[in-house]
Amino acid sequence: MNTLWKHMAAGLSIGVAALSAHAGVTITVSCGTVGQDFEFCKKATDEWSKKTGNTVKHLTIPQSTSDILGLFRQMFAAKSTDVDVISVDVVWPGTIKAHLLDLGPYSKGAEKEHFPAIVSNNTVDGKLLAMPWFTDAGVLYYRKDLLAKYGEKPPTTWDELTATAKKVMDGERKAGNADMQGYVFQAKAYEGLSCNSLEWISSYGGGAIVDATGKVTVNNPQAAKALTTAAGWIGTIAPTGVLNYGEEDARGVFQKGNSVFMRNWPYAWSLSQGADSPVKDKVGVVALPKGDDGKSAATLGGWQLSVVKYSKHPTEAADLVMYLSSAAVQKDRAIRGSYNPTIPALYKDPEVLKASPFFGTLYDTFTNAVPRPATVTGAKYNEVSAAFWNASHDVLSGGAKADESLKKLEAKINAIRRGPNW
Amino acid sequence: MTNPKSELTRERTRSAWLFLAPTLVVLALVAGWPLGRTIWFSFTDASLDSIGDSTYKLVGLSNYFGEYGVFNFAAPEGFWQTDWGMAIQNTFKFSLVSVVLETVLGVVFALVLNAEFKGRALVRAAVLVPWAIPTIVSAKMWAWIMHDQFGVLNAMLRSAGIIDHNIAWTADPAYALWSVVLVDVWKTTPFMALLTLAALQMLPRDCYEAAHVDGIHPVKVFFKVTLPLIWPALMVAVIFRLLDALRVFDIIYVMTSNSVATISMSGFVRREIVDNNYVGYGSAASTVLFLIIGACTLLYLKLSRVDLGGKK
Repeated sequence: MNTLWKHMAAGLSIGVAALSAHAGVTITVSCGTVGQDFEFCKKATDEWSKKTGNTVKHLTIPQSTSDILGLFRQMFAAKSTDVDVISVDVVWPGTIKAHLLDLGPYSKGAEKEHFPAIVSNNTVDGKLLAMPWFTDAGVLYYRKDLLAKYGEKPPTTWDELTATAKKVMDGERKAGNADMQGYVFQAKAYEGLSCNSLEWISSYGGGAIVDATGKVTVNNPQAAKALTTAAGWIGTIAPTGVLNYGEEDARGVFQKGNSVFMRNWPYAWSLSQGADSPVKDKVGVVALPKGDDGKSAATLGGWQLSVVKYSKHPTEAADLVMYLSSAAVQKDRAIRGSYNPTIPALYKDPEVLKASPFFGTLYDTFTNAVPRPATVTGAKYNEVSAAFWNASHDVLSGGAKADESLKKLEAKINAIRRGPNW
Repeated sequence: MTNPKSELTRERTRSAWLFLAPTLVVLALVAGWPLGRTIWFSFTDASLDSIGDSTYKLVGLSNYFGEYGVFNFAAPEGFWQTDWGMAIQNTFKFSLVSVVLETVLGVVFALVLNAEFKGRALVRAAVLVPWAIPTIVSAKMWAWIMHDQFGVLNAMLRSAGIIDHNIAWTADPAYALWSVVLVDVWKTTPFMALLTLAALQMLPRDCYEAAHVDGIHPVKVFFKVTLPLIWPALMVAVIFRLLDALRVFDIIYVMTSNSVATISMSGFVRREIVDNNYVGYGSAASTVLFLIIGACTLLYLKLSRVDLGGKK
């Protein structure tokens, strides 16, 4: 009886789907909310609608990646059909693998054009759960005009950055801009702080929190040194308020012209070059500084597009994903939004390089970015990251010494693991 | 055997139950069922992924006690330094300070509004504005007001010469919790003022006329006449606020994000269930929160001898 009902319901829904496919279906998409994410996504989905006759609705999501994941998890638990296509952070595929559709049958091999490392990140248990959309890595923005004024060069080590930031900030404050800051970054207790901290620790040779074998490595002297250095910036070259800054808060201060340096993702470039930007043509981008004898490290970020398993229109949704991740759309987004393409060929495209020259010079930074320990920690990544960002936040805000905090963190991550294996 | 009076009583009891039945059914559905389910989940290892297809299993009391429980007294850093211990401390600090401030300020406001003066209606309406704004909106609004770089609060304090550098109100752990308390006081004082005002308006005038004739100082009148008379109403208002404050979530979450420095018990529950996917563990924390609030209410009723049934 029960199965009979299921068959009838299935038959009915196929019928409805066939009927509505003919008339054009409505696909709900969640794009990002940081910077110009929404406008660019809207533009591309409008083009797709025009081509296919389907309608696209946009779901508004929170700004913080941690909050977005929370929202999606609740929707997945209810097997919600309210959203068909979602943007997926590079660290999520393992965490939410149970709820994403295998795009393999729909991609027709299109994923082979993209960076293999990202495709393998998005492939879990042999299933292609997400198409790469744009990649990301932390970069250092600096004020060309201010550095020239004080005869300084872009820093290559954190100590140089500290010294230069201090010199320029003090000079500018004396010259009348009391709000001038040396360095702004993301130190709010959220995923963004994990990215920043990982960059510091990794650039000092302190490893990547949890190594590839699953061993917790974060409690080491180099990591402590990195966090101590960063804590020294708070209240000196960085405002104490960075402890509550996300990406857009930092960009607000920098783009207003009130900071010498900023750590952010590439998206901030095109916004800083906008017609209404007070720092237009005054900004340079370089790789993040390194620790004394370490090497520059940038956290791998980036977003993917996935189809939710519970979607009523998987074929159309997958088609939309393929369109949004195609070379044409990625090129447009790279030129006008400075979103890093996931297709290597586009890094040689003259139009792309003209719009964002640092795509060429920082190619190695983007392709060798440090991944967060998401693969090895799997479903528990978010919890590990939360423990990590809270430990960093504790050190930055002066609540704990770096070595104590890291020791506590090591114990905590081991407790999260609950046993010898992840 | 039965006398007619008890027959009537039984008849009344029957109809009382009949009339109450729909309410009880609705209560059982919207309050009892979720509560029971939460308590049930707290004994399991449920996750958001496994509650849908019921693949979770019973784990006894391990979400409550032991190494992986909310009450991990053997934690290397000490129980009060665990996230849950911090959440309990933060919640109680927040609740006690904000409720005391709101009550005192609320009574002061109510006394002012109770006096006859021109434009009183307008002032009464104006005072209610903070209470009328949804918490999420006022929290975000205050987050901007208190922003360290763009915030108007720092600008005002600086131009008045009170501070010489911007204070990071919501980011600096020394200020964060108290900034939240400040905003909560701003938001909820009108509620306390309103309840107190309602009590004040019920007071008999003859006591005051007598006091006036006898030439008793107004402060003495307040402590000897007004306060004892409005005490029961005030205590009810305090209970409501205390229950509200103990389950605080939105204002802290919006203003200071997920930092353990300010996390509340409700925030901890949300983090464990939604962010970390531990429905079982989060449900255990939620159940403990429920028990703590219940215990606080009972203790409070006992101490202040307030009769909510109104039979006194």
